[in-house]
Amino acid sequence: MRKTTALLLLFIITLISCSEDEDDKVIVKVQATLNFVHDWDGTPVTAEDMESTDYVTENGDDVNIGPRFRYLISDVTFTNSTGEAIMFDGHNLINVADGINLSYTPEIQLPAGEYKVSFTYGLKTEDNTDGAYADLNSASFGVPPSMGGGYHYMQLDGKYRVNGSPSAGFNYHNIRAVDPNMPDGPPTFPDQPTFINVELGIVSINANTAIEVKMNVAQWFKGPNVWDLSVHNQMLMGNSAAQKLMNENGQNVFSLGAVTQ
Amino acid sequence: MRKYWVHTVLIICFFSISCSKDDTTNPVVEKYVPTPLALKIPNLFEQKLIAPVIPTGNPQTLEGVALGKKLFYDTILSGDNTMACANCHAPEKAFTDNSQFSTGIDGNQGTRNSMPLFNLAWNFDERFAWDGKELSLERQALEPVQNPIEMHANWDDVVVKLKSNSDYPELFNKAFGDNTVITKELVSRALAQFERTLISGNSRFDKYLLGEITLTAEELNGFNVFMDEERGDCFHCHGDNNNPLWTDNVFHNNGLDETFTDLGLGAVSGDTNDYGKFKSPSIRNLAYTAPYMHDGRFNTLEEVINHYSEGLKRSETIDPLMKKIDQGGVGLSDQDKSDLKAFLLSLSDPSFLTNPDFIN
Ligand code: HEC
Ligand code: HEC
Repeated sequence: MRKTTALLLLFIITLISCSEDEDDKVIVKVQATLNFVHDWDGTPVTAEDMESTDYVTENGDDVNIGPRFRYLISDVTFTNSTGEAIMFDGHNLINVADGINLSYTPEIQLPAGEYKVSFTYGLKTEDNTDGAYADLNSASFGVPPSMGGGYHYMQLDGKYRVNGSPSAGFNYHNIRAVDPNMPDGPPTFPDQPTFINVELGIVSINANTAIEVKMNVAQWFKGPNVWDLSVHNQMLMGNSAAQKLMNENGQNVFSLGAVTQ
Repeated sequence: MRKYWVHTVLIICFFSISCSKDDTTNPVVEKYVPTPLALKIPNLFEQKLIAPVIPTGNPQTLEGVALGKKLFYDTILSGDNTMACANCHAPEKAFTDNSQFSTGIDGNQGTRNSMPLFNLAWNFDERFAWDGKELSLERQALEPVQNPIEMHANWDDVVVKLKSNSDYPELFNKAFGDNTVITKELVSRALAQFERTLISGNSRFDKYLLGEITLTAEELNGFNVFMDEERGDCFHCHGDNNNPLWTDNVFHNNGLDETFTDLGLGAVSGDTNDYGKFKSPSIRNLAYTAPYMHDGRFNTLEEVINHYSEGLKRSETIDPLMKKIDQGGVGLSDQDKSDLKAFLLSLSDPSFLTNPDFIN
């Protein structure tokens, strides 16, 4: 009994001494957590109900989402008012269908302040090295060597029905645009990169802060290119033209949601 | 954050020092500790994959693995001392058997094909069995012993048999420390330790990836079919050159049936969206593991390939990766089919069958 009390006292003392250390520093260091939330023009898209919810695309196609819906973001960057950028060199594979990694805290300490928050959707070409990331290999997120290797940016799978026809699968798989040169020649890459630099806007990060990142999934099918699933449904990875269309539609899928401290 | 840790550790040290002072009245005895044993991780696994899953409560030890191996091959775990795990998980068949459904000690058959056992420590979600109902290797090992259509034993009886055996009490002491009381949980821990050592990563395709050998033109084309979205498109579920497990260990409906007699994952989760979903098996060691699929319905790889090429059946939960379902599939050419088979077989690893660490 006495030992427990002593231990408790010791613990409290330790805690106090810890916080004192932090008070000594002039600059407060804080962390930002990105929380990814998904909707279809306002209707939530969640692990629990995406497969049973009927969503309608801009083109009028009925769709369900899943069982595979995951995407990659990387290089979260905080830029202060003087233009100084603090980037976290890392990535996060968000598995929307299974509700995994929806919350991501880049392991960097920021001086409290106002920041322009941005990240890369997918991987920048220089980071998209074949086989380089054990977590992504283990999650089977790779792109075949015939398409230049590296990793998927997104796998958005689901079923669609056009005019009451039986449902068929779609695989909205987004990668670095490529023209595979089968069977033996090397693949060629169009000039236009297909990762996206996402700018969320200015956020005050004065204490540990949670930043909601919203993805409107409907936008992938909306504009500027109205997506016709009877034309573009499966086997889109090696279709560089389709990859460019996805990239154009992807420019406005992300937006800043609630910011809480 | 780190500072908190240091303090916590200091406190724990402090505490444990004061604790041990209490103990000094007893004579100091050198405590026996089993010998830690690292998994023999193949080169490619080390390079490409995240670390295997070894529960902190059940570290791998030399003595634990040896005990697990003895138990795995011992009929003492069955109700009438006639059946061991190895009956349905035989090393010469990559730790499965070649019958569609295995027969238990009372002559009864189940409805699922036995599964090969290898690379189990890399099943990161730790969902075992065709339908994912077993949530760790330790828990899985408890099941077949008491399953009435498998080893049909009563765990209490098994524990009594082990306790009165001339070898086991000593082996449990070596594996888990002095004065170990034998329990079913310790049996399952030892079995799990042994199962984690069953690692297969030395096929022709592995050697090709390591630059040690070249493959035939047929095998290489077969790999391209496997990796080609417009032909096989197998890689989205069965791994790729950067995922040497050759499975995603995830549950899918690959279009076997229009209606389900076995709900698979759906019966476990209760979710209608999971009806008819089963775990993607690894495509390693297919040369030894026929028949194929959860119910062993296909006897040959030709039948498997024909299924994907033209035999797909529509159902509510069929995976969206399955293409041209109305025609039964993408329709591979005969050349692509036979090359795909050649590639699949290049992932079989004969050295796994004869590894003296694994066989009795
Ligand atoms: C009568 C045959 C039989 C016996 C005996 C048997 N098993 Fe199995 N084993 C099976 C079958 C069938 C499955 C698939 C079960 C299912 O999906 O419902 C299986 C599945 C497994 C799995 C899951 C593998 C994976 O990749 O998910 C493990 C592990 C396993 N058995 C270990 C053991 C151990 C350990 C023993 C001995 C204690 C044992 N089995 C005894 C038939 C058997
Ligand atoms: C959508 C995911 C998916 C795709 C794509 C896929 N498979 Fe499968 N595969 C599975 C699942 C799930 C099973 C087990 C199904 C069952 O038993 O009900 C399986 C079973 C198998 C088996 C049987 C293995 C065994 O031990 O019983 C082989 C062989 C196989 N697949 C090869 C292939 C080939 C070759 C391709 C490409 C032509 C392919 N698969 C495409 C998911 C997939």
